[in-house]
Amino acid sequence: MTGLSAIELEDVVKEYLSHGEVVQAVKGVTLDIAEGEFFSLLGPSGCGKTTTMRMVAGFEAPTKGLVKLHGKDVTDVPPNKRDVNMVFQSYALFPHMSVWDNVAFGLKQRRTPQEEIRRRVGEMLEIVDLAGREKRRPREMSGGQQQRVALARALVNRPRALLLDEPLGALDLKLRQAMQIELKRIQREVGITFVYVTHDQNEALTMSDRIAVMNDGLVEQLARPREIYERPSTAFVAGFIGTSNLLAGTATGGEVKVGGGRVLVPGREGEVTVTVRPEKITIGAEDPGPEVSGVRGTVAEVVYLGTYTSYSVSLADGTDITVFQQNAHDSVATAERGDSVWLSWQAQHSYVIGS
Amino acid sequence: MTSGERGRLGDRLLHAYTWLVIVWLSAPIAVMILFGFNDKQSKSNTSWQGFTLRWYAELFEISDLTVALRNSLVIALVSTVITVVLGTMLGLSLGRHRFRGKGVTNFLVFAAISTPELVMGASLLSLFVSGNVPRDANTIIVSHVLFSLSFVVVTVRARIVTLDPSLEEAARDLGATAWGTFRQVTLPSIMPAVMAGAMLSFALSIDDYVVTSFVNGSTVTFPLWIVGAVKTGIPPQVNVMGTLIFCVGVLIAVANAVVARRRA
Repeated sequence: MTGLSAIELEDVVKEYLSHGEVVQAVKGVTLDIAEGEFFSLLGPSGCGKTTTMRMVAGFEAPTKGLVKLHGKDVTDVPPNKRDVNMVFQSYALFPHMSVWDNVAFGLKQRRTPQEEIRRRVGEMLEIVDLAGREKRRPREMSGGQQQRVALARALVNRPRALLLDEPLGALDLKLRQAMQIELKRIQREVGITFVYVTHDQNEALTMSDRIAVMNDGLVEQLARPREIYERPSTAFVAGFIGTSNLLAGTATGGEVKVGGGRVLVPGREGEVTVTVRPEKITIGAEDPGPEVSGVRGTVAEVVYLGTYTSYSVSLADGTDITVFQQNAHDSVATAERGDSVWLSWQAQHSYVIGS
Repeated sequence: MTSGERGRLGDRLLHAYTWLVIVWLSAPIAVMILFGFNDKQSKSNTSWQGFTLRWYAELFEISDLTVALRNSLVIALVSTVITVVLGTMLGLSLGRHRFRGKGVTNFLVFAAISTPELVMGASLLSLFVSGNVPRDANTIIVSHVLFSLSFVVVTVRARIVTLDPSLEEAARDLGATAWGTFRQVTLPSIMPAVMAGAMLSFALSIDDYVVTSFVNGSTVTFPLWIVGAVKTGIPPQVNVMGTLIFCVGVLIAVANAVVARRRA
């Protein structure tokens, strides 16, 4: 990150008229995406992430607010005059054109000299590993290849930012994982800003420098992947990213009495909700002592999952806690169904949300 | 009877029925082509009297008929071009956009298809008469555009609604202007529908009799001339012209199929 802004959104609102009623798809989003950053908009379908991206591309006009590219207000600039390119979810390759003509399309619109078109298209097809397939039609190619044509067609124009709308959604799992690494490599190679829209948390966590988690037209949290995962700021983020345990109660003297034990919340008083990730919790037979958080429960379910084992533990008050234990040394379960156990974790792994 | 036997009988029936349909559809065409080679001596061309190529050599000997054919070709060509341009624009807007009066427009497109030609011809005539418009080739062209327009609209609209809108967005995103997007992406994508509409409207125009007979004034077209000649006997040149028009049609259809197969 160089610190310069590539894309800025200032309190952007998008309203639609649907069956005579005004619907707010985006309810006031402010973002500042830096030059060279891999930035993800993550959220469930209908959260406004795609609409937000389409306003950056210029396909939708914001009802309120400003869109700036590299410091310049482009709110009223049509898409063909914006220095960003988009990779569509359906790829949107031109079916009546060869791979070469698809990739050369943008350069032709800008009246780039023939010689330069030939050179740049050739180079770009090299980068996406499609050299030798210039004459193919899009429908003669596999999904992964079409994906790379779409990427090349956008990148060959050297946009100052590339917008990707769930570009891997149509691929199978193996190919998707390979393309995630590929995308990251290409982004490093060309060094431009990527804005990535996805509902897949793993994709976002794997590739992004920063993630904006969106829900119901608003940004719930904007942070680096590690922080989003380790320190979710709302219950929605905690639930949407990975598996999360939520414990609610009243804090007195820096701890919450819950489940026959205590959850340490240093410096907190009153009603709190605490999240803790399943892999931070240790299962034991004894009370681990007052310097860590510890709760009592009964093992309700044990599921062996290869690299780890997932335990579902019921506390006395009915709360279910999920615990992941790495199968590092042997695959013998540390607890059986029906066992009475103590769950413990370090104080810094409790995270108080929405306090 | 076992099911196998019944199946074989069914197959045979289907076979026979298929051939019957083929013969039934092609018989009139075969007769038309055949009687273009008839070495007829009498005035009427209804009984086979021997083979000749004379009528092909004397194709343009009947000057009225030649003029009528030329009129028909010009009218069909001009009205097709106008129809395709207007119909494509209308089909695009009906398939892609929402606007005030869209429902009414859709209804009118349907109404133009379902109106009997006789009604359309009579009402067009009274429109032209009350508007003091002289009837000639121009009024024929206007009328032909009117009744073929809906067919182009319907085929283009059907195509555009199945076209992924992000194709056009991608073109815009890659720097194409609105017109550039239409020319390079939209038009090539809907071209098969536009061509189908063009062929339909050409075919509708070149053999129209009913509407044309109301609005022609003193202009005579190919179908009008033939109907007029029925009383005195239709000369074999008509068969030859019909044969040639048919051959061109077949050529276009074959070319279209070959192109479609190559694209697929």
